[in-house]
Amino acid sequence: MTAPAIRLQGVSKRFGGKVVLDGLDLEAARGESLVVIGGSGAGKSVAVKCALGLMRPDAGRVFLGGAETTALRGAAREAVMRRCGMLFQGGALFDSLRVWENVAFGLIRRGAGRAAAKATAADKLAAVGLGPEVGEMLPAELSGGMQKRVALARAIAADPEIVFFDEPTTGLDPIMADVINELIVECVRGLGATALSITHDMASARKIADRIAMLHGGRLVWQGPAAEIDSSGNAYVEQFVRGRAEGPIRTAPGRP
Amino acid sequence: MNPLAAVGRAALAFMAATGRVALFAGAGLSHCVRPPFHWRELLRQFIDIGYYSLPVVGLTGLFAGMVLALQSHTGFSRFSAESAIPTVVVVSITRELGPVLTGLMVAGRVGAAMAAEIGSMRVTEQIDALVTLSTDPFKYLVAPRIAAAVAAMPLLVLTADTIGVMGGYLVGVGKLGFDSETWLAGTWRNFELLDVVSGLVKAAVFGLIVATMGCYHGYRSRRGAQGVGAAATNAVVSASILILTANYLITELFFSA
Repeated sequence: MTAPAIRLQGVSKRFGGKVVLDGLDLEAARGESLVVIGGSGAGKSVAVKCALGLMRPDAGRVFLGGAETTALRGAAREAVMRRCGMLFQGGALFDSLRVWENVAFGLIRRGAGRAAAKATAADKLAAVGLGPEVGEMLPAELSGGMQKRVALARAIAADPEIVFFDEPTTGLDPIMADVINELIVECVRGLGATALSITHDMASARKIADRIAMLHGGRLVWQGPAAEIDSSGNAYVEQFVRGRAEGPIRTAPGRP
Repeated sequence: MNPLAAVGRAALAFMAATGRVALFAGAGLSHCVRPPFHWRELLRQFIDIGYYSLPVVGLTGLFAGMVLALQSHTGFSRFSAESAIPTVVVVSITRELGPVLTGLMVAGRVGAAMAAEIGSMRVTEQIDALVTLSTDPFKYLVAPRIAAAVAAMPLLVLTADTIGVMGGYLVGVGKLGFDSETWLAGTWRNFELLDVVSGLVKAAVFGLIVATMGCYHGYRSRRGAQGVGAAATNAVVSASILILTANYLITELFFSA
């Protein structure tokens, strides 16, 4: 059996007195698309940032592609990052650079020539349904949906083995959200990559997940194949999937 | 409340902040001399800091020189010491007013912009995005700004010095009735290379201060428009105070012996 592409082992993270992750265990097999669902403040973003190394967990270990990456720094961390891509919630496009320079950023950093990187960027933009003329524009000139597409093109530009998606459909209308979901599925399948997404959008989760895990209170409360999400028999999952105010997940202000 | 404890807390917080800034500046400087270099970013920052500050710095120098001639005339004419006015202008401009006023103007223009830009990049996760694209944010954002500011500030101060001395000449000859040759001879007689050099050393240090404070406060910016605004304010205030402090220390170093 090969090692899982992503493995979090007992990862804990607290900010001040607030425990965000409480010994989280999470695994995604190679080529699998795992979607982590959970309410706002459940620790989803922190989990992804710990997995990717943008935050250092207080306790626990992180393995990417079978090798431990928990405490890597400098050149070793950069080498790990070369095998990963990330789509940020707000896109996080560099607004001082043109669109093609954004998409080609990682390629140029890896030593590709600007002309070659620009050509690759044009291919990746085409893959997310954007013409080459968009490449010459600045991110601020694009609509939210187009920015998400560009951010997706940037995340997959260097053909990563592992792609992280942070709330890929937040802030998009339902149609554009579906387009982005389709693109994510296409791109991840096309690359044969492992995908870890976090979302609170159930339509998105159903569309892109092979497997779904539910995060609550800094731990997983359920995980299983995406097809079983409606018959989980788990009170947390039922409440979240149906979007009910009553249930074990308390939403009252001033919760602990 | 124990008043001693409050003093202690403030002192500890100050020490911690000083240490953080020092580590930040050290890391930024060390990336300035370690490859790989981001030449394109360096050039962009150099143009932004050096070229686009020229109008502000030129006007500052011009009016500083003009008012200096006017004020020293009102003072020195009482003792019939008008011949000292060109001296006062050239020494004051090259030693003090050129570097300090330029430093403060650049702190306001460039330091605030750096803090706001890096602060918004922090808030919109662009700094995290740099890391995921295998780019060290210190190397890409901080080092080019520090290097560009340290290189551009002496050139700006040289410009301010030149225009400032010229402003003094305009007022001296045009308004105070000095003879052009007398004024220029007085200026030249008291023009010391050491004065200019000390001013340029100050300029480089001020450049380091402005860029470091701009990047530091931007880098640590809190979320939201308020966080970015506070970062810009803190960058300008702390850079200005450090410039005035450093100015005294460097003057002491050059001229007190």
